[in-house]
Amino acid sequence: MDLTLFMYLIPSLIMFGCGVYGFITRKNMIAIMISLELMLNSVDINFVVFNRYLFPGQLEGMFFSLFAIAIAAAETALAIAIIINVFRIAKNVDIKQITKLKF
Amino acid sequence: MPLSLAIVVVALPLLMFLFLGLVGVKMGRKITGVIGVIAMLVDTVLAYGVALTYFFGSGEGQMVDGVRQAVVVANPAWLSFTDTLVVRMGVLVDPIAAMMLVVITTVSLMVHLYSLGYMSDHDGNAEKGFQRYYAFLALFTFSMLGLVVATNIFQIFIFFEMVGLSSYLLIGFYYSTPAANHANKKAFIVTRLADLFFLLGIMILSYYTGTFDFDKLVFGPTMSGSLETAQSAISTAGGATFMGCSVMAWALTFIFIGGAGKSAMYPLHIWLPDAMEGPTPVSALIHAATMVVAGVFLVARLFPLYVLVQGAMNIILVVGAFTAFYAAAIACTQSDIKRALAFSTISQIAFMMTSLAVSSNNNALIEIHEGQGLGYMASMFHLFTHAMFKALLFLCAGAIIHAVHSNENSKMHGLHKFMPITSICFLIGCLAIAGIPPFAGFWSKDEILVAAYHRGLGWGLWMSMVACMTAFYMFRIYYLIFFWKKHEVHDEHHAPKDQVWTMTLPLIILAVISCVAGFVPFHNMVTWDGHHLHTAIDWTVAGSSVAVALVGIGLATVMYYKENPLPERMANAMRGLWTASYKRFYMDELYQFITHKVIFQTLCVPIAWFDRHIIDGFFNLLADTTNSVSYGIRRLQSGSIQAYVFIYLLGALLLAAITAVCVMLF
Repeated sequence: MDLTLFMYLIPSLIMFGCGVYGFITRKNMIAIMISLELMLNSVDINFVVFNRYLFPGQLEGMFFSLFAIAIAAAETALAIAIIINVFRIAKNVDIKQITKLKF
Repeated sequence: MPLSLAIVVVALPLLMFLFLGLVGVKMGRKITGVIGVIAMLVDTVLAYGVALTYFFGSGEGQMVDGVRQAVVVANPAWLSFTDTLVVRMGVLVDPIAAMMLVVITTVSLMVHLYSLGYMSDHDGNAEKGFQRYYAFLALFTFSMLGLVVATNIFQIFIFFEMVGLSSYLLIGFYYSTPAANHANKKAFIVTRLADLFFLLGIMILSYYTGTFDFDKLVFGPTMSGSLETAQSAISTAGGATFMGCSVMAWALTFIFIGGAGKSAMYPLHIWLPDAMEGPTPVSALIHAATMVVAGVFLVARLFPLYVLVQGAMNIILVVGAFTAFYAAAIACTQSDIKRALAFSTISQIAFMMTSLAVSSNNNALIEIHEGQGLGYMASMFHLFTHAMFKALLFLCAGAIIHAVHSNENSKMHGLHKFMPITSICFLIGCLAIAGIPPFAGFWSKDEILVAAYHRGLGWGLWMSMVACMTAFYMFRIYYLIFFWKKHEVHDEHHAPKDQVWTMTLPLIILAVISCVAGFVPFHNMVTWDGHHLHTAIDWTVAGSSVAVALVGIGLATVMYYKENPLPERMANAMRGLWTASYKRFYMDELYQFITHKVIFQTLCVPIAWFDRHIIDGFFNLLADTTNSVSYGIRRLQSGSIQAYVFIYLLGALLLAAITAVCVMLF
């Protein structure tokens, strides 16, 4: 059985849906960030797959997903740093509890 | 002396205004005044030089074939809108301008000198705002000089506004007193209203004649324009009519209304008595001698045009004759000496207006030559003499007010013994205005009466009656101030006395001028067409005018020389009339009624309601709607990223769904 485009896209879609669901419903900031990573990764999969199926022989999609992975890593490092600092001040990472900067 | 010095005469007060206004506060008060007086003295000498050169010198083209010409000294363009529409700022020297230069600088110099004393207390300390006062005096002098030398009607208009402004500033000199503030607002608003008509008149006139310049607008031997030009201008405009009158008649009537506002003609006179709230020297300079004759000057300047439009002349005649009587009737009962003098001024200016108006007849276009200009000459002559003796009377009044600290004649009485010099000067002024020979007023008023009798017996008798009233009310004022009863002195040390020399010297100078000014050969110098006017004293008119003056004086002497119950009894016998006159025939109340009850109630209140509720209401509605909607939806801005993402997701899904449905359907 040949692997078709849809066979890649469906897991990607599921990953993205999980990511969105997690991003909206989770209260823990770490969990929100993991959901974010899920969404990013599903997009990376899309890049690669579309590159592979639609423009075989070219590498733009591949490079783009490499960039996205690098940026996601940097962003995660930053987010973790922020979360740790927030935790130091608020003793908490629950997004509902952190309301100090609200009006 | 070259005539171009007239430019310096006009410019010097402007420089003084800038200098005193900008640097004055840094200098002492006294020194500012002294500098002002010296500059004014220089200015006066120059103005006399220009006038003498113009009238008696030769060369520079002011006499051609025995006809006096107008000389345009400078006429640079100031605002050029198009090739034809150019507003110029120039200096024109012609008989009336040269005469006005003399009048303005003389009176202004006297007032400058007098103010050194008047604007100080009895120990010689200058008042607060002394520098401001002198700066404004210089500004006024500049504006008035610029007005009289104007080469075009637009320049006159600009300086008309500027004299109005300086008048406003000087009436409100004591800006901390509410009365002065009300008075200057009243003066400004009334004259502005009149100036609106003036501007309309200028627009109409210039639209139909295509020029602002007098030398094109005004024909006649004194100007380079020709009769044909003027007639064609008139006939061009004559074709167009509005409400049954020619356009030219409308234009000239509107211009007269502008002049009437400044010259306090009925019914626009109401500002002048209130303007007496200003310092008395200001009243002498602005509200007696110079600014208030600007209207007369304006009509005189455009006289050759007025001659052609009889309708406008008739309006001037009726307004002038009525105002002369009306103001004289009020002056007979006023107890505030400055207000009495103010009404006297109104009456005398009305004399000048009437005199201008009677000097033309219906067939002006057919015969424009000698004989018609008598009224014009008389008017200018009276303007000249009146400026001198009315300034004298006002300055005397100022000296008295400075001595007794009150404007009411009940606080004066019997001052003759205490202030002999002032008393004699005031008497000379009264004799001059009453028209007793050989004082100045006799000669000029006599010419006016002759001109009035030429026009018609009725006009002559009417003006003679007013002349009689003039003599009566002036001597009533005189007796009530200086005689009537013994002056009560409460404190020997503060008894009234003749004031310091800076105040007394101008009185003496003006008194001397009032004695001799009547002998100035005006008929050779100031005529509307530049020709010499051959006049001889008409002894029947002269005799009768002296007789009516003596009747007026005699009546005043019987009633007011010594304290007696006669005036009181007469007032009681004619209580209604007396009260009406004392209350100025309720003109102020009438204006109050018309403006407040009629105009404000019926027009302004609904308009204000419309503005407040409809115009403002619409914008308030917009603001309130925005406000309440924002208030309602402000909860959406929660700051929770998760909520935003959720809504974003819903939106995206919705869009996707719509797109999908659309794709499927179409």
